[in-house]
Amino acid sequence: MPEQLYWLIFLLPLAASILIFLMAAPFKARPRLFGYIGILAVAASAALSLWALSDLLSTGSREILIPGFEWLAIGDSFRITFGLIMDSLTAVMVIVISLVSLMVQIYSQGYMHGDPGYYRYYGLISLFTASMLGLVLTDNLFMAFAFWELVGLCSYLLIGFWFERPAAASAAKKAFIVTRIGDIGFLAAILLLFAETGSLNITEVNHLAATGIIAGGTLTAAALLIFTGAVGKSAQFPLHIWLPDAMEGPTPVSALIHAATMVAAGVFLVARTFPIFEASESALLVVAIIGGFTALFAATMGLVMTDIKRVLAYSTISQLGYMMLALGTGSVAIAIFHLFNHAFIKSLLFLGAGSVNHATGTFDMNHMGGLRRVMPWTFITFLVASLSMAGIWPLSGFWSKDEILAGALDSNAILFWLAMITVFMTAFYMFRIIFVTFGGKYRGLGHPHESPRVMLWPLLFLGVLAAFSGLVNVTGGFGHFLGHGETTGFLEGFFSVFGHPLTWLSLAFATGGILLAYAMYSARWLDPAFIRQLFRPLHFIFSRKYLMDELFEKAIAQVLLLKGAFAGLQFFDSRIWDNGLNSVIVENAIVRRLFAGFRYFDEKGVDKAVDGVAGGTRWSGRILSKAQTGQLQVYALFIAGGILAILLFVYLAG
Amino acid sequence: MTLSLEHYLVLSAVLFAIGLYGALAKKSAIVILMCIEIMLNAAAIAMVAFSRFVVPTLLTGHIFTIFIIVVAAAEATVGLAIIMSVYRSRETIDVTKIDLMKW
Repeated sequence: MPEQLYWLIFLLPLAASILIFLMAAPFKARPRLFGYIGILAVAASAALSLWALSDLLSTGSREILIPGFEWLAIGDSFRITFGLIMDSLTAVMVIVISLVSLMVQIYSQGYMHGDPGYYRYYGLISLFTASMLGLVLTDNLFMAFAFWELVGLCSYLLIGFWFERPAAASAAKKAFIVTRIGDIGFLAAILLLFAETGSLNITEVNHLAATGIIAGGTLTAAALLIFTGAVGKSAQFPLHIWLPDAMEGPTPVSALIHAATMVAAGVFLVARTFPIFEASESALLVVAIIGGFTALFAATMGLVMTDIKRVLAYSTISQLGYMMLALGTGSVAIAIFHLFNHAFIKSLLFLGAGSVNHATGTFDMNHMGGLRRVMPWTFITFLVASLSMAGIWPLSGFWSKDEILAGALDSNAILFWLAMITVFMTAFYMFRIIFVTFGGKYRGLGHPHESPRVMLWPLLFLGVLAAFSGLVNVTGGFGHFLGHGETTGFLEGFFSVFGHPLTWLSLAFATGGILLAYAMYSARWLDPAFIRQLFRPLHFIFSRKYLMDELFEKAIAQVLLLKGAFAGLQFFDSRIWDNGLNSVIVENAIVRRLFAGFRYFDEKGVDKAVDGVAGGTRWSGRILSKAQTGQLQVYALFIAGGILAILLFVYLAG
Repeated sequence: MTLSLEHYLVLSAVLFAIGLYGALAKKSAIVILMCIEIMLNAAAIAMVAFSRFVVPTLLTGHIFTIFIIVVAAAEATVGLAIIMSVYRSRETIDVTKIDLMKW
């Protein structure tokens, strides 16, 4: 494929976005048109991505570098060039992004039908797709940061898409500010790496880290700072608090940005700069611990939420934790493999939730139920995705999840058991949704109906991917394609995986979760209210999200900052500085004696001169403004008089 | 008596002075426009006269004059259009009352 076409992968959606915004006013009466533009552009991107993949498979090195152009040059030392990398990692990412974006945009034609902000929606979705594709394609940390911020901006704008709702507006702000805390870390990492190596090129920096030219504390610091950025974007503990609130945005946006792509950007970033992490044991350990802990921590909150989208949001955080855990145990390929499967599964789940919302008008599972009969297609696809998410053989989720478990088992027993308990919880909360939403009797208002075809086709397409995408790594093909970090390799073969006890263990945990959900929410052998009563303190903590929001807002923002730090500063300022040092030394010794002389000179000399100039200008201005009569003829008279004077002067002088 | 260059130049100067006076002193915008035409024509006369007496073999002054006529026509069109629209909005063509450019 010609070099220029690689650029089109992300420039096409960008052009679509610009075109949509330009056409917004004249074509407002035909909103579907905007959707077609966006869909067409991203479909072309998806085709190009597949083409790029086939090109990549035919090259031996699994890496195509596209030289770019010099974007900025200051002097000889500071040069930013903007080129593209197309390696196996990028290829996987562009395919995930463009395919999910394509499906989401087709689906949105149905879901957003009749919304007054139609063009704004498609313009922003296209812009987001473009920036996300740019982020994975760029070969340069600086441009990566720019795209990183752009996706953050699009996320902000799309969470707050219905900005007239206060909840959406404040959720957008929260997402922006919380991820910004992480972004500062990423920026600091870029500056640190640039100061150390003088290069912003990702390949070069990775090479320097791999060969040990940058090492030791600096390297660990850089790795941890990059990870801070990833923690913010990928909603890992303790910066996970923005993602559940981000569900205020339109559901297809949640599917695209907050399930499949942007939140995975953190995982991608760590994978992209993995040589930096690889060279630092402690950084890897931090990544693994944060990931493993977040996986369990978010899953516990997912157990008790009643809002279907929030359950999915916590599930996303939990699964991203899995990916981080995989990265921390050194298996990049497996992390990306899980990202790949999870993107299809989770976007399908979100789109399914959107379909349910389209029918019932609510996200509260207490007002759903019995939808299995009225929405058969939504139900089937949702069921497939849930089974896949729970990790049931032979669906996608099984293949990546068990690889992660295998990796964790090799590295650390505690992390392994954290991940194992999470498997149980994942199965439980996914099937809690299934039984509460689709089983039993309908408890809501009105008569739910199946969604239109334009929404069902993407569900079916993603359903096929969610079921079978995992098969690419049955014999380790995906891992070989990604090249580095071949894992422990216990999973080989479609049936031979059953030769390993881990498979049986994880399947037992997953089925256990499903059975518990069945017992509680379908068969009613166990009364959910009774269980809730039994684990009252736990339920309180889980449903209040560990009081993290309160902690951040009350404890840190109000008490620690306002009452603590700022009050302390004020105390220092008013008591110690003003009364103590200031009065004794500054006022008596300096101000009264020495500064009195300065003041005299300043007031009488400098001020007078300055004021005099200003006053003189003002006075002459007042006089001269009288000449401005506004009478054209008077001006003309002056001109004529002036010309006469000049002629007279020339005549007399010459 | 033969007409010399001076005769033409005096005529031109007199016409120019009349035009200048009118342009500076009259109140009606139409009259001012006419006076500007007079000044342009004064200049044109001077051009032709110079051309006739100084460089009789060349047509420089004539060409210039034709240009002046063309420009004068265009200027009259634009000027009249401005006066029309001023009259429409302010119901007057008295230039002493058209003084919004003050300050």
